[in-house]
Amino acid sequence: MKARAKAAPPVRRDRGLAVWAGGLAAGFILLLTFGSVVAVLSRAEGGLTLGAGDWAAIRFTVLQAALSAALSVGLAVPVARALARRRFAGRAVLVTLMGAPFILPVIVAVLGLVMVFGRAGWVSHLLALFGLAPVNIYGLHGVVIAHVFFNLPLATRLILQGWLAIPAERFRLAATLGMGPGDIARHLGRPMLRATLPGAFMVIFLICTTSFAVALALGGGPRATTVELAIYQAFRFDFDLSRAALLALIQLAISGAAALLALWVAVPQATGAGLDRTVERWDAATPGLRLLDGGLIALAALFLLLPLLAVALRGLPELASLPAPVWAAAWRSLWVAGLSVVLALTLAMAMTLAITRLRHRPALSRGVEVTGYLAVAVSPLVIGTGLFLILFPLVDPVALALPVTALVNAVMALPFALRALVPAAAEVESRFGPLADSLGMTGLNRLRRLTLPRLRRPLGFAAALTGALSMGDLGVIALFADPDGATLPLLLFRYMGSYRMETAAGVALLLLGLSLLIFWCLDRGGRVNADL
Amino acid sequence: MLTFDGLLIEQGDFHLAVDMVVPSGAQVAIMGPSGAGKSTFLSLVAGFMAPVAGRLLWRGTDLLPLPPAQRPVSMIFQDNNLFPHLTAFGNAALGVRPSGRLDRGETAMVMRALASVGLEGLEHRKPATLSGGQQSRAALARMLVQDRPLVLLDEPFSALGPALRAEMVGLVSDLCAKRRATLLMVTHDPADAARLDGSLCIVAAGKVSAPAPARATLANPPEALRSYLG
Repeated sequence: MKARAKAAPPVRRDRGLAVWAGGLAAGFILLLTFGSVVAVLSRAEGGLTLGAGDWAAIRFTVLQAALSAALSVGLAVPVARALARRRFAGRAVLVTLMGAPFILPVIVAVLGLVMVFGRAGWVSHLLALFGLAPVNIYGLHGVVIAHVFFNLPLATRLILQGWLAIPAERFRLAATLGMGPGDIARHLGRPMLRATLPGAFMVIFLICTTSFAVALALGGGPRATTVELAIYQAFRFDFDLSRAALLALIQLAISGAAALLALWVAVPQATGAGLDRTVERWDAATPGLRLLDGGLIALAALFLLLPLLAVALRGLPELASLPAPVWAAAWRSLWVAGLSVVLALTLAMAMTLAITRLRHRPALSRGVEVTGYLAVAVSPLVIGTGLFLILFPLVDPVALALPVTALVNAVMALPFALRALVPAAAEVESRFGPLADSLGMTGLNRLRRLTLPRLRRPLGFAAALTGALSMGDLGVIALFADPDGATLPLLLFRYMGSYRMETAAGVALLLLGLSLLIFWCLDRGGRVNADL
Repeated sequence: MLTFDGLLIEQGDFHLAVDMVVPSGAQVAIMGPSGAGKSTFLSLVAGFMAPVAGRLLWRGTDLLPLPPAQRPVSMIFQDNNLFPHLTAFGNAALGVRPSGRLDRGETAMVMRALASVGLEGLEHRKPATLSGGQQSRAALARMLVQDRPLVLLDEPFSALGPALRAEMVGLVSDLCAKRRATLLMVTHDPADAARLDGSLCIVAAGKVSAPAPARATLANPPEALRSYLG
């Protein structure tokens, strides 16, 4: 009976405003993404031919993304297996921490990695004790190490979710049948991995093709330049617009193809729910396996925590004596993050309402949703370059550096905001829609008294993600900002570039603290007193 | 008088034909095997679903063109009857108007309604801190405040224990009788139907039977009901 109650109601309710607002938001995104590409193209002069440097950038982009994805996924397989079959104090904290790199400012992590794996880092010191040469973190392997740092936790969580999705009864059955670790791997693990790994690989590959800050800090030179970095150099150093435009199109093609492939292999969803659950395992109780799992977990934890520890240890004494420009930059960053949150939530809310209210027209609804996810494939640098060209004749783009950065960051955060909001809004409609309809709650009343209060948690989470991402972003701002208008991540990058490592560590710690604080406050704001 | 005039619902393989009259003030229990279309039938009256043919008249007015909120209907669902972020008072107040903003007279009216269902002193509790029975009472208070002549209940108390359910059905029956409201209640428990002491409709084999006296029907059930009751 219940299934049949889903039919379209005879009279469509007055919901035009939300649909218009959502359509407007989607149109705005389309204009911003494709409009900026067109703007860049229209300024491109001369023939569109690829030089040797461009080919090198394409090769490097694909190579580093493939290596990063393969290493992240490959290392995640044993780590996830260890986490799935072990229970220990701190496991929940560790699993939660594995979600944290997402909101970690990239440039902070890069500084931490330099302090651990760099020429003067901890690992080099350790090697020197044995008379070995120091390691060098710049170049391909540095870029890959940084990408693995960010994506190993993501891959681990995705695979762990796969393990935990296997019903506990299967493991009990395996135990009664006397299956050992090898049998379990063959009968339970392998089918799950076959379903999970392609998606995990593709999503990490996609993330790594659009990586800019890592390449900016650790790459460079003819042998380690990504397409994104090449766009930045063409624009900022040579002001060669036709080359920037061409590279922008290439970037669009690479990440677009990666996104389509990722969609095709069905990316697993990291819901984060229930990852603290463990299943009783009878097969893995041998001392050897315990040692193996314990070692793997410890290594993974060290790899993730050491860089942050390095930043904290060296940054803490510096905090009190940070130079004045740092505090000014911190203000600017907070301001950008705040504006991003407002913009992203406005866009996301308008689109979410339109998506839920257009459910009876699936093509339109889907169209609005896909538009929101476009940002996954479109490079922020391309949008930034396009906006620069559009604004250039009208105003001084440098004066608009911060608002433009906030806007681009908002668009980049939009996919994540939508992923939090759309399912929640659909759930609110299916649970309370009929009741609200029968009470005549429409328009603003419905929004104020039903939708917004019910969406507080996902709204808080979306705001928290956007705020933290925008706070730590080092992308568009690098294109625009003059020396006096830097945000905190850009300032940190400049200190690193001039080898003022102590000050850099202090700034990094401040940036890290502010990002986590923003995330915590906004996320908490959605949770406090939220009635379920 | 609620008139179902040649109404026909079609959804894929599913059909339901309704052709009957429910007198004003009647209290009708609706029973039938699951999947037969009991909830669909209520959805039709409430306006969540449109028929492919026929008319639905309430005192001579065709209800079909009206959206749910403009029909003379108040409805209590199987679950999710209360908004978890609003207090018992806030939920009941929505029955006055969708904004929930009330003047002094309306506030007093909502308080009276809450008192008459036995929620005095619990007005400012949110649903999570109310028991199942109290949640049902809060929904009934909203129904009272809405003061619509047609009351639809879709197995509203199925989560309650037998004694509490009997009490709630009795309460609904009294409240409706006092206001001369017409009551349509889907239930799977013959005891509920008997307690209403009104009439009984059977939904089975693609048809809704005309209301017949409940006790007599239950004492001597027709084939469709007999196989359901077992």
